Order: sequence, then C-alpha cells, then structure tokens
Amino acid sequence: MPDDQEQQEQEEGARSPRPFWSGTLSFGLVSIPVDLYPETRHGGIALRTLSKDGVPLARRYYCPDDGKEVDRDHLARGFELDDGSFVVVTDEELESVDPKKSRDIDLRLFVPEQELDPIYFDRPYVLTPGSESTKAYRLLADVMEAEGRAGIATFVMREHEYLVAIVARHGVLRAVVLRFADEVRSPKQLGLARAAEPSPELVRTFERAIAKHSVARFPADELDDERTAALRKLLEKKLKSKKDVLEAPEEAATSAQAAQAEIIDLMEVLKRSLREGDAGKQPARARPAKRARKRG
Amino acid sequence: MAGRAMWRGVLRIGDQRVPVKLYAAAQDRKVHFHLLHDTDQVRVRQHMVDPNSGDAVPGEQITRGFEAEPGVFVLVRREDLDAVKPAESRDVELAQFVDADAIDLAWYERPYYLGPDGDPARYAALAEALRKKKQVGIAHWVMRGKRYAGALRPEGDQLVLVTLRTNDEVIDVSELKPPKGRELDKRERALAEQLISGLAGSFDPSAFRDEHRDRVRELIERKRKGGRVTIKRAPRKAAPSSLADALQKSVKRIHKEQRSA
Repeated sequence: MPDDQEQQEQEEGARSPRPFWSGTLSFGLVSIPVDLYPETRHGGIALRTLSKDGVPLARRYYCPDDGKEVDRDHLARGFELDDGSFVVVTDEELESVDPKKSRDIDLRLFVPEQELDPIYFDRPYVLTPGSESTKAYRLLADVMEAEGRAGIATFVMREHEYLVAIVARHGVLRAVVLRFADEVRSPKQLGLARAAEPSPELVRTFERAIAKHSVARFPADELDDERTAALRKLLEKKLKSKKDVLEAPEEAATSAQAAQAEIIDLMEVLKRSLREGDAGKQPARARPAKRARKRG
Repeated sequence: MAGRAMWRGVLRIGDQRVPVKLYAAAQDRKVHFHLLHDTDQVRVRQHMVDPNSGDAVPGEQITRGFEAEPGVFVLVRREDLDAVKPAESRDVELAQFVDADAIDLAWYERPYYLGPDGDPARYAALAEALRKKKQVGIAHWVMRGKRYAGALRPEGDQLVLVTLRTNDEVIDVSELKPPKGRELDKRERALAEQLISGLAGSFDPSAFRDEHRDRVRELIERKRKGGRVTIKRAPRKAAPSSLADALQKSVKRIHKEQRSA
C-alpha cells in the first residue's frame, strides 16, 4: 500500500540539508548528541513534470469532495479501518507512545560485526557529532572499531520504530537500519525445502568456477546505472538536434531555478558536519550568533 | 503458507548453470497512515498545478522533461524510455566473486531467497562451494524490465540474493574524515572498553520486536473506541558533566548488575 506520508517525507529528506533525525546516542550513562544523515541519495535523472507550454508544475494536495487545495496545516494522519472510515492520530500522540525512544539510541548490546547478516540491512545512515565536543563520539568509534563490534538498539524516528546497528569505520559512526525479524520471511515460511546433500565432485566443480572468477576488490565501478547513462545520452542527442526541446515561459523559469538551488550536495553536508560538529549545520535552526569554539 | 516464486532465472558462472526460482524475503509490517483533509476526514489526492495560476493541469496535458539548462527542458517520451529498456533475459551472470566482507553495508538493498528450479543437486553444490570458499558472487541480471546487481550468498543451506544499490545512490563514506580533537585519554578509553565488554553479547534478531508498532495499534484502538489520550513528553537528556565520571559510574553499574544476575 502506498503511504502518502512516507513518500512526502522521503522526498523532503533527500533534499534537506538538515539531519534526518537529531538526538543522543548512549552507552551506559554516556550520551552523545548526534545528527543522523542518509548515506544514500536518489540515483537516476531528476525529471520535472511540465505543462505542454513548458511550465514546471507543482504537486499539491486537494480534497476530492470540493476539489479545493488542502495546505499542509490542514492535513491529518488517518489509519484506515476495515469499514473504510479513519481514526485520526496526531504527531504528538504518536510521539507520546514512546517519548524516550524518539530522542535516544540507547546501545545496550554490542555484538561482533560479522554477526550482522545483510539479509536484515535496510538503509544506511551516517552519524555526525551534534555538539562541539567530539570526545565521547571519538571514544566510542575508536573502541568499537578496534574490537570489531556493532552496537544494537531500537529507537523511534518519524513515527516508526527502527532496529539499528551502529558501526564505526575510519573513525566515523554509521547506523544501519535493520529489518525486524518478522519483516524477513524464513525459508520455511516460503516452503523452501532443505537442500539436497551435494555431491563432493559437483561442489569441487563449483569451487573451481568460483576461484576462476574471484577478484580482490569489490567492483563498485561496475555497479553503475546503465539505463540512466543511456537515457542521458539520448536526451543530450535530442537537445543538440533541438528535438522535443521546450523553453519555459520567463516567469516560470525562475521558479524552476529556485527549486534547483534547493538540491544540495549530501557529501558536502556530511563533510562539514563531521568537521565542525554542530557548527557545520545549515542555519535552519535558531542558534546564538557567537559561540566560543571549544573542542574536546 | 508456501510462498510463490516471483521470477525464474538461471545462475551462470562460466559454463556452469544453476536454474533457480526467486522469492521475496522482505515483508513490510509498518503501520501505514493516509493523509486526510482535517475538516471532513476525506483522504486527500494529489494533482499537478501551474504554480503561477494555481490551476490544476489535467493528466493528458502533462509531459515530463529533463532540465538541461535553467528553464530549458528536453521532453522525455514513452518511446525514449522504451529505447533504453534492457533486453529481457533469464540469465543471472556471476562474473566476479569477492570475500564476504569486501562489500560495504551501504550497498545492500533488498533480499531474495533462491530456491532450486528443477536441479536441487547443482543448487546445493553451489551453496556448499560458496560456503567453503567464504565468497560472495556479484550477480547482474534483468528482471521485469529493470537491470539489477546483487550479492549471492549462502545462508544456512539456502542461497540468498541481495540486490545492491547503484554507485550513484551510495556515497563513498571512505572519503569522509572523522571529527578531529585532542588525543583520547588512556584512562577514559580503558573505561569505555570495559563498559562495552560488559555490554557484549551475540546478535539474535528475534530478540527485538517492534514494540512501537504494537503501541500505535493500541493507540488507534483506544481512539476508535472514543478513549482519551494523554500526551507525554520526554525530557532531553542532559550531557554528563564529565565523560570520565559517566564512564566510571556506568562500569560500576554494569559490574553490579552482573554480580546480582
């Protein structure tokens, strides 16, 4: 089932220079203010929806009863009952269901990293220090990385509970959202039978085939989006030959440009945020203009 | 309930072939909401409007375009999309194998189980060979008009194929530099080590339940029956005055818990 709310948030999240979530990361009585940023971005070519005159269009909500536009302040969140009616639930109510968990990732278990199974991996995030003191952040990252351990916790972000594994790489803390156990089917549930006992000869045949194709490094450069590259080429050809090229009317062009400017480079935000802690954040929140620079 | 295969293909390693069926391993369990108009509780719909006039533009008058320069769009038509569609095939090519830990966690996207499709002996032999070699296959295939890359892994005695993100979807975290600061205090580091060892254990995914989901369902049920909901808020955690102090107290507490357990 498509989730309007989620779609809306994901679209915003990908473009926002602000963290996806801010809170604390705790182990024992130590709590570290952190900001959480996505580690993934939208691939492919961003296409705009246009009128036939080339005016970039905007997506708006409307009420099918009167056809009138509904602005954000008049949107409510509803859970659909079997009879088609809705139970309206507010943000405050949802947050109050588990208020502590929506502020804190409390690591109460540290497991060997190799025990994390990719079948559970859902989405990766980077954690950056949320305060100017980075000592506790660096301490946790250092110990976890040296021991190859991942911290496990559940926490609430944007009205959903997430199971996360926190891992450290090169001194940077990362969070992988994991699927809950009941979100991964078991082979048994799917009726997959236990595999037959393999014949040693056949196993050796496959071992040789694997050895023959074994490479030392993960071939990341071969994981490119060929379709997007082909589409880009095709569009460039059309642009050159002036086929299917539409120019937006002047007053509409400026709004298109403004939208373009909002798209920021995630990598730059992350670098700045790691370098400067909280100070690297975009001025989206009010904060004192002057601040003593103290580093832990 | 036995699952239904969503696709059938053939794993190919050089001239070796293993016919397989593919089953979705992930299932969504989240509580989903719809967006409603608050005054009449009708589910809102979306349409596209001209932002200058505010007028809705009907679907048949809408085109999609790529903004080549500010205000200049190249239209993308159905035939353009068809032209870049990959050719359908049943082949899952495995041209490379890497150590299981060579793939960074950020690449993994969606898991699928593979089941044998008529040749269980070859299926079992491939799973066993991957396990013995401690290697993961990098797979490339086309499924339902879309190109995929994936990691082929043994899991128990099953084969699992986890799709991998493309390289423009994943940022390279190795380019990130860790936060700087004064060298870590030896005593604090030793305490942190002790604390983390005290919290060490092994990972059992089934030990974690989405309790929030249960509580949200309870909340909905309570509201459905006309019950009242009181709003609670959590106080922000105060940062500890001294890191060493917090570490020391935590270690003590853990030792105490372990003694009484």
